[in-house]
Parts: sequence; C-alpha cells; structure tokens
Amino acid sequence: MTLPNTNLPELYRTMRRIRTFEERVAELYARGLSAGSMLHLSIGEEGAAAGIAAAMRPQDSFTTHHRGHGIFLARGADPGRMMAEIGGKAAGYCRGKGGSMHIADMTLGHLGANAIVGGGIPHVVGAGLSYRNLGSDAISVGFFGDGAMQQGLLYESMNMAALWNLPVLFVCINNQYGMGTRIDRATRSVEFDRRAEAFGLSAAMVDGEDVEAVMETAQRLAAGARAGQPGFMAVSCFRFFGHGRMDKSPYRTEEEETIGRKRDPVARARDALLSRGVGDHASLDALDAEIAAEMDATIDFTAAAESPAALSMFRDVYGADQPEPEPLAVRLDRILAA
Amino acid sequence: MASTEITYRDALRRALQDGMRADETVVVIGEEVGAYGGAYGVTKDLMAEFGVTRLIDTPISEPAIVGVAVGAAMTGLRPVAELMYVDFLGLVMDQLANQAAKIRYMFGGQIGVPMVLRTQGGTGRSAGAQHSQSLEGWIMHTPGLRLAMPATAEDAYHLLRHSLTLPDPVVFIEHKSLYTRKEMADLDTPAAPWGKAIVRRQGGDLALVTYSRMVHVALAAAEMLSQAGIEIEVIDLRTLNPLDMDTVIASVERTGRAMVVSEGPLTAGVAAELAARISEECFDYLQDPVIRVAGEDIPIPVSPELESASIPTQALIVATVQRMLRR
Repeated sequence: MTLPNTNLPELYRTMRRIRTFEERVAELYARGLSAGSMLHLSIGEEGAAAGIAAAMRPQDSFTTHHRGHGIFLARGADPGRMMAEIGGKAAGYCRGKGGSMHIADMTLGHLGANAIVGGGIPHVVGAGLSYRNLGSDAISVGFFGDGAMQQGLLYESMNMAALWNLPVLFVCINNQYGMGTRIDRATRSVEFDRRAEAFGLSAAMVDGEDVEAVMETAQRLAAGARAGQPGFMAVSCFRFFGHGRMDKSPYRTEEEETIGRKRDPVARARDALLSRGVGDHASLDALDAEIAAEMDATIDFTAAAESPAALSMFRDVYGADQPEPEPLAVRLDRILAA
Repeated sequence: MASTEITYRDALRRALQDGMRADETVVVIGEEVGAYGGAYGVTKDLMAEFGVTRLIDTPISEPAIVGVAVGAAMTGLRPVAELMYVDFLGLVMDQLANQAAKIRYMFGGQIGVPMVLRTQGGTGRSAGAQHSQSLEGWIMHTPGLRLAMPATAEDAYHLLRHSLTLPDPVVFIEHKSLYTRKEMADLDTPAAPWGKAIVRRQGGDLALVTYSRMVHVALAAAEMLSQAGIEIEVIDLRTLNPLDMDTVIASVERTGRAMVVSEGPLTAGVAAELAARISEECFDYLQDPVIRVAGEDIPIPVSPELESASIPTQALIVATVQRMLRR
C-alpha cells in the first residue's frame, strides 16, 4: 500500500487544535465569558479547514462565513487572540469590535469572517482581480456553507471569476444544515459541482471526513486557480452541534446526530496514524494533552484580558477626517445648556 | 488658476482620467463603462487609453460589482465601481452598508475599503420610479460611508479627484440633469476643501441649505427674491458626509431663519436630518421653524408634468421664503 503524500501528523494536529479550540469556545460561553451567544462551532468540519488550509501558500488570502474559527486557526491564527476577540476583549484580533463572526487578520491574509450568508464571496473575486492586475501569484479562497449555495451573489461571483480567469477558489463546506433547514429542504439538487461547472469553473466534491482527500483536491484546484482557472469544491461533512450556542437542534433526531457524528475527521485521522504506525496511543495522547493545555490557556487569557476602553467605540469608523467623538450624553448637555 | 469652460460630464471624465494617470491602482469597474463609454458618457474614450484591465466591463450583476470592488480595495487596488442608477442601491446595499461601510470598524481598524461608488440620481428625464430617485438619505444614514454630491463642474472634478485619495468608501452621487451643464471651472485649485460647504450666495435674510442640482434651483430663486428686496444666503453642502454643520450654523445664526431644500423624499430624509440639527443647535437664534422644502412622499411618476411637480420648484421656494419673511 502506498501512503498518500500528505503530512497526516500535521493535519491531525491542526484538526485536533480546531476541535479543542471549539470545545473551549463552548466553555467560554457556558462560563458567561463570551460576547453573546452568536457562536458557531465547526466541530465535525475540521477536515475541510485543515485540508484546504494546507493547500494554501502564505501569500494567499481568504474570507470565511460565520462558522470560520477552524479555517482561521488552520491558517495560523493565535488562539489566544481569537478567544479574546470572541470574548469581546481589547486584546482580540479586532480589538473587541468584531467578535466570532467578524474576525479578520490582514497579516495572515484573512480578509474577514462574514455574518451575511455569502457576503464575503465576492471579496475573494476582488482579491483575485487585484492579484491579476498587480502581478501577484497569490490566490484567494472563499469559504462558505451550503446555505450560501442558494444565494444569488455566489453565482454572480462564480461567473465573474470564470469570465476573467481569476486566481480564485470557492469552497463550500456542506455540513448539511443552513441553521435548522437540512439541505434537502433547501434545494432539489445537491450536485453542487455541476452548478460550478456550468459557469466554467473546475469543480470537485470531496468527503470532508477524509482530510487527505480534501487536501489533495484543494492542491489540484489551487494549482489551477493560480494558473488562471478558478475552481470550486464542495466538502461534505456533518455539523455535530446546533447552529449557534442557543440551538438545541429540535429539527433533527438523536439518531441522525448519532450517525452523523460518526463522520468524524479527527477520529479517522487518528485511526489512520495508528494503523500506519506513524503514531501510537501514548504519543497521540501526549499531543492531545499539549493541545488541551494550549487551549485552556486561551480561556484564562480571555478572562483576564481587559475590555475595550469606552471611547474606543468611536475609533476606526473612518480612516481620515474622523470626527471628534461627542458621546450622546455630552451632546445633549451641550445643546440643553445653551 | 486658469478657468476653463467644461461640462459636468467632461469634468467627471477628466477627474477619472487624471486620477488614473496619477495612480495606476485606480480601476473602473461596472456595466458599460468600457466599450460603451458609460450609460451617460462619463467614461467615453477612457478604454482607448487605459485598456480592458483598468476599464472593466462587467455582466449585469450589481451586488457582485460592489462586492468585487470591496475585495479589490482590500488587496491593493483603488476601484471606482459604477452603479448605473442610484435606484439600483436596493440590489447592492448589503455589499455597501454591511460590508464596505463596516469593514474598517469590525476589523478593529486593520484595513479600510478605499473605493468609490460612482452613481447618478434625481429627476429630469422622465425615467420613471426606478430610475429617478434621490436615495442619498440611505447612504447618509449609514456610518462608515462618505457621501459627495457635487452641484458644479468644478466640484465634480475636485470632489472626485479627492475621493480617489481617501482611505474610506465614498458614494459619489451625480445628478443626471447636470451632465450637460456647462460652466467655467478651475480644475487646478478647488474653491473649497473636501468636507467643507460653500456659500454660493450671501444674504442676510435667510439661510437656504441645499446640495446637488437644487443648488441651481435655489440660486435662481434667490435672484428672483433679490429683485423683491429679499437677500437669502445659499449654502451648497457639497458633501453630506462629512457634513459641515459649522458653515450652516454660522449662517443660521447670522440670518435667524433656515430653509432646507432637497430633491429626496421629505420624510426621514436628508432635509429632516438637517432641520433637526439646525433646530437643536440654533434654537435661540431662530425666528421661524426650520422649513423643509423636499420631494413629495411618493414614487417618482413618469409624466413630465407630474415628475416636475413632485420635487421642489423655484416658484415654491420663492413663495415660501416670502411668506416666512412677511410673518
């Protein structure tokens, strides 16, 4: 048997870090330390994040949907600053202004998570246009869920990327659910690759439980995109938990969840490492413990971090000619004192 | 300081041409901007100089046009996206208001969206309810978006040139009835800096605050009133964001009366915001309520008679000022 030409230990490590980070996000919420409950865990989707991120180069950029923690981590994010942002703290990536759904980091090419379904998709086409015009060999990768497959803007974006031969890769992480609506209640056709092919994209569908298959597919499509043939891939997986933290999944049965959670990319990679003799239980347990300690520290960091200063609310609305902040109470004082 | 005679449309084209020559990251992207030369001819002939990589004709996909401009602006280009009619804002408001306007803020100031959305609005061509609106209120109501609405060829040139240097998204709304207006313009030196209103006509009896095409209607009304011995001050705001309240307040305090004129619908519109601010800031100086003269709260009808009756007229401004001053 020939082993796939991938670094499975590294992919496993990435996926385990995502899984553990997301578990800590749930804990942050349960302890009342998160900024709100709009927290969308990507547990079950780690294969998509790790596999595609591994096919990207440092200069490549990307946007994500609202369920994008795992992708950002896989692209090198500091989990402490991520958790602090999710907690709305000044030490977070966006100084506590963005939170889970608007996290971004220009130094890592993260052009932003987006809370509008499909909202970030045209941004990668724009990035592709920049790379073409400026002579860069970067590509831009747009991540979104199966919900966005029913948004018109996706097709406008695919059409433009294909028309202009842009270095763009569209990635649909199909976790079967748009909030509480299973994909078969949202569309009659789940052959998403055919939709993309109809616009002239290279397209593939891949099982997200198999991180190596995801990575190989992404490498092939990314190489095409870099050469001016934009691509699309749909990664099938199962969203282990509800839409957000408030969602107890009343729209699906326990049986469906039990079966779905068997599609576990982390467990599968671990089994593969063991069966190939690349790792043993002891070394993998040690790695998991090391990651658990790393992620535990993100909660401590967030709990201890400071909230943003009150007047920072008025910062960064504009990049120039920003008006002097006049909080409402001050303004009212001025008017009524006159 | 040499003035040239130029149309509003040609001044806009010159601004794009000079801006593109000065900064090679400037690209124009939109429907019919290249080979066709723009629906109203603003980008005519630019394709010959700048080619298809900088004059980018798009399919009819307005949301993606704006969304692509957002992404390009975040990654090194300075796009000028063209929305053929301001009425199509309904299609693009997510990319404009939820994305372009908020990206700097949501991301904690890491990056801005230096793009210009050029569009045109207003009545005057019997273009009907979906091609004649004045939707600047939607933009002005969205923090994060700059908003320029030039009334003159000179401002059309300088405000657009300046927009191409700003770090934030600028919505640049031209008036479709001004494109062929020809006037003397100094293209070397702007009469007023970005973000500052300009007093187009001085007078001590009333401050009339307006912008875009209504500046010319107001100036014509002011001439008629002058023949009757009434001198009103006409303030052209030029940009609605930034909003230069200092110039407005100074004029209202001097004259004691204020009228706001806008082609947009009366209710919850630009005129309403200006009237509220003037009332709050200048209450002790006002001898009359701040009067709004604005568009009727109706869709724009296509009949020329109905269309022109649906927006402020010179006659109505004259009659209203006379009434206010007779009280």
